[in-house]
Amino acid sequence: MSEHIPAVNRQTSMQSGLGRVRGSGSARNGTHHWWMQRVTSIALLPLTIWLVFSLAVHAGDPWEVMAEWIGRPFNAVLLIVLIGIGFHHTEAGLQVVIEDYIRPERRAMVAGLVIKAICLVLGLLSALAVVRLAV
Amino acid sequence: MAHNPDAREALMIGTRTDGSTVRRPLSPHLQVYDMLQMSSLTSIMHRITGSIWSVGMIFFVWWLSAAAAGPEAYATVQWFFGGFIGLIMLFGLSAVVWYHTLNGVRHLVWDAGYGYDIPTTYRTGWATAIATAVMTVVTWIVAIIAWAS
Repeated sequence: MSEHIPAVNRQTSMQSGLGRVRGSGSARNGTHHWWMQRVTSIALLPLTIWLVFSLAVHAGDPWEVMAEWIGRPFNAVLLIVLIGIGFHHTEAGLQVVIEDYIRPERRAMVAGLVIKAICLVLGLLSALAVVRLAV
Repeated sequence: MAHNPDAREALMIGTRTDGSTVRRPLSPHLQVYDMLQMSSLTSIMHRITGSIWSVGMIFFVWWLSAAAAGPEAYATVQWFFGGFIGLIMLFGLSAVVWYHTLNGVRHLVWDAGYGYDIPTTYRTGWATAIATAVMTVVTWIVAIIAWAS
């Protein structure tokens, strides 16, 4: 362990390992989960507005029109980006809700894993649907 | 002391100035906070709308899968969303989506460090409520015009 301590520290410090790292931030993921929720929400802001109005202007349109619209390169790419980031944000948000309200911890962990699995499968399913219409 | 399987409990026990212990409230809890306060009401609404939107994503997946599956599957989706229950659901979902989106902007502004004082919180809270109503109505005016033409 001592080889990780800078030479200067090795000579002068009488601090324990725990004392040195205390107050220096997280040992695990820190703010990563919180930060990714913000990053995804910023990306989802324009994407959501785009999708809502795109769907509204196509209200009642038949399959031929919608399948062609989904398959256009620009729309397909935006939809896939929306699906990826959207399900990431969904999973992250639901995980926080689960952690806050479901107890004991064991059950919250299981519920979190189930949500992860569902979001992954539904995300891949919808992305595949878009790819199928685009290529 | 009873066996407690939840490690999080350790963080939820506080101490009063007289030394007695007290259970701290967790995140937005309906029993703890006054739901007529703008701060707690908009906070729990953000969670509720987020959760409803998560369930609504299932219909988004259904819509996309049906479009990929072909005209017959897509006709079933159109039949469902064109019906009374489907339209009510879509209307509710559009309001939920706008609320979560607009209140999300409010959260991002807070995260940037602005608008924390109570008068501003009330102003932005009302602005979110009004903007949600306006954008939901605008969305449906666009949809109805598209439907009719």
